[in-house]
Amino acid sequence: MFLQKKISVFLALFTATLFGQQEKMVPIKEGSFVPLYGATNKKPVKVASFEIDVFPVTNAQYLAFLKKYPEYSRSKMKGIFADKSYLSHWQSDFDYGTNNLSNAPVTNVSWFAAKKYCECQGKRLPAMDEWEYVAMADEKRIDARTKEAFNKYIMSWYEKPKTYANPIGQTFKNYWGVYDMHGLVWEWTADFNSIFLSGESRKDKDTDKNLFCGSGSVNATDLMNYAAFMRYAFRGSLKARYTTRNLGFRCAKDKVALVKTFQNLR
Amino acid sequence: MKPKLNLKKQSIRIVVAIAMAFGLFSCAKKEDKDAQYYQDIKVEGQKEAELTAPPLVPKPVGDRPAMKLIVNMEIKEQEGEMADGVKYTYWTFGGSVPGNFIRTRVGDEVEFHLKNHPDNKMPHNIDLHAVTGPGGGATSSLVAPGHEKVFNFKTINPGLYVYHCATAPVGMHIANGMYGLILVEPEGGLPPVDREYYVMQGDFYTKGSYGEQGNQPFDMNKAIKEDPDYVVFNGKVGSIAGDKAITAKVGETVRIFMGNGGPNLVSSFHVIGEIFDKVHIEGGEMINKNVQTTLIPAGGSAIVEFKVDVPGTFILVDHSIFRAFNKGALGMLKVEGDENKKVYSGTTQEGIYLPEGGTIQNMPKENGTAKSVVAKTVPEQIKSGKELYGRTCFACHQPSGQGIPNAFPPLVKSDFLNANPDRAINAVLHGLSGEITVNGKKFNNVMTSQNLTDDEVADVLTYVYNSWGNNKTVITPARVKAIRAKPAPKAVATH
Repeated sequence: MFLQKKISVFLALFTATLFGQQEKMVPIKEGSFVPLYGATNKKPVKVASFEIDVFPVTNAQYLAFLKKYPEYSRSKMKGIFADKSYLSHWQSDFDYGTNNLSNAPVTNVSWFAAKKYCECQGKRLPAMDEWEYVAMADEKRIDARTKEAFNKYIMSWYEKPKTYANPIGQTFKNYWGVYDMHGLVWEWTADFNSIFLSGESRKDKDTDKNLFCGSGSVNATDLMNYAAFMRYAFRGSLKARYTTRNLGFRCAKDKVALVKTFQNLR
Repeated sequence: MKPKLNLKKQSIRIVVAIAMAFGLFSCAKKEDKDAQYYQDIKVEGQKEAELTAPPLVPKPVGDRPAMKLIVNMEIKEQEGEMADGVKYTYWTFGGSVPGNFIRTRVGDEVEFHLKNHPDNKMPHNIDLHAVTGPGGGATSSLVAPGHEKVFNFKTINPGLYVYHCATAPVGMHIANGMYGLILVEPEGGLPPVDREYYVMQGDFYTKGSYGEQGNQPFDMNKAIKEDPDYVVFNGKVGSIAGDKAITAKVGETVRIFMGNGGPNLVSSFHVIGEIFDKVHIEGGEMINKNVQTTLIPAGGSAIVEFKVDVPGTFILVDHSIFRAFNKGALGMLKVEGDENKKVYSGTTQEGIYLPEGGTIQNMPKENGTAKSVVAKTVPEQIKSGKELYGRTCFACHQPSGQGIPNAFPPLVKSDFLNANPDRAINAVLHGLSGEITVNGKKFNNVMTSQNLTDDEVADVLTYVYNSWGNNKTVITPARVKAIRAKPAPKAVATH
């Protein structure tokens, strides 16, 4: 028992998530930032202190959850809560098969399923602003959005095929100690559909203005907008019951619940 | 209150539009009547549309009645090759660039199923220029990966139309290859021809410059500056050249459905050695005859038709000609059959032109020996050879010696060069024509003789031999002089 704990501490960063259902979380300090969308009049949005999972939820973790809550297994899942492709890459209800790594992010899960998963851990899905706030950090700074290399890294992911099959924790560790915000999979947020992009982008006038407002070249700010735009556009194409191969999730929780985390750990 | 007001506005707009249409086309009343008429055409039966990847097109509609047509279009983001050794991640309609060809007739009711492959990362949609409605369908078709959207439209204007993705950033989706053509044939179909092909031009913007090897990501800055590294037909360099050239036989009539996806450039479409008998200007109903070069706007098209009268290889180009020879906008139509000397004789005589009369002279060749002064070191040779290369050779063999697939052989790691330096010297002195094989690929083109001194020939070849993985042969002016003294090797028969 004691030994097990010791090992898990040692391997925490890489594999802790394999052993139990309780993912490692890190605290995120409060702050404010101007998101690409959703802020009225481009005023900064305040983000209160919270905690977020270090890694996205993995196949193994999700399987453990399903064993506890079999009504969320593939064959039992209600159609209104997830479409037909829900966990379609798994071999069966309780087996993610040999083609999927245990420590690869679980994908093909709907918003309903992701939300339920987090709630069953005493957590919640991160709000979009919270997610974006964490995602704007690179290795060294809280807000790296104006850094060209950072944006190029994000965008290079768009051209890399099949990253969903990669194990978690192989991208960079950001300022907060969080991995895989970029370069692995898209992630659900609690209020993913709170910003409406029609998809007929030429009608979404403001967004176009943000992106290409008369500029003769792309500067770092444009690049940043353009990288972020892809996330908002992707979210805009989703419905809560949708599942896609490149879309996973991670959980968050309010700061006040810190004590509970330890309780849960025990 | 408000909706009513909008409705009123809209109806005013429609009235204005109709009035304008009448005003503009007052001398072509038939078409106006038709627009309404096509809307009222009843459909008979239903079928799934045949979709084809370029350069092929689906079967003509012929005299079939208007039908309900099911189009199943799958979007795939996939890695492909822009040129030999150059990888690019394309976003495609149906797995090809340009996307699959859709063939309808006027009055058809199209049920469009847009499917976004589950492995894709991006949401996409489609704007078909053949659609009358908001966004050309784009407002109804934003589809997440692993999902499908369905919308319906009726084709009420015959013509050849572009379709493309309109998800932001629109330019990026188009630049990655998300465009294609949809044909709306008139009642009774287009007049039958012997051959039909599908070609579409597009400009591409990569991080590395033309020919730079490896995986090349999209470059937004170059796209905004409209400074493409590649301008190509059918999505990649050499897609319809060499073995993949489109073909016809002497006496046949060829119809090319030619589109331009852009995103930026306008195409000056021309077929070297042919004259378009007919051009449906901008893909519409008006026909122009006997056209040399037709302008195809970005997001536009043209239908060109011509009868091929003589055999040979006819080169399709964007006549903004640096695009053809330096950026890849080059295709081939190979025509087989009997010669027709009346139409084209071929070279009938070859001789020396001496404007000043007088005795036989051989000016350019005498130049060769005149200037030899001091022997250069090898690095000096390479240096001056590099400059010479930049003036004389790069236009065809390209700045990094990579050549142009199916047109100009590469000088990079060239087995042809390394095997026989004397042959290389001869090629520079006297030119080279006819079929040769370089690094396993066949080339059949003409290199002209270069008017260079012995020193210059030695320098430029030494530069080439000491670059790009060649065998570092050093060519001395003396060696060039010796070869110049010999008679030129008999040229392979030129046509």
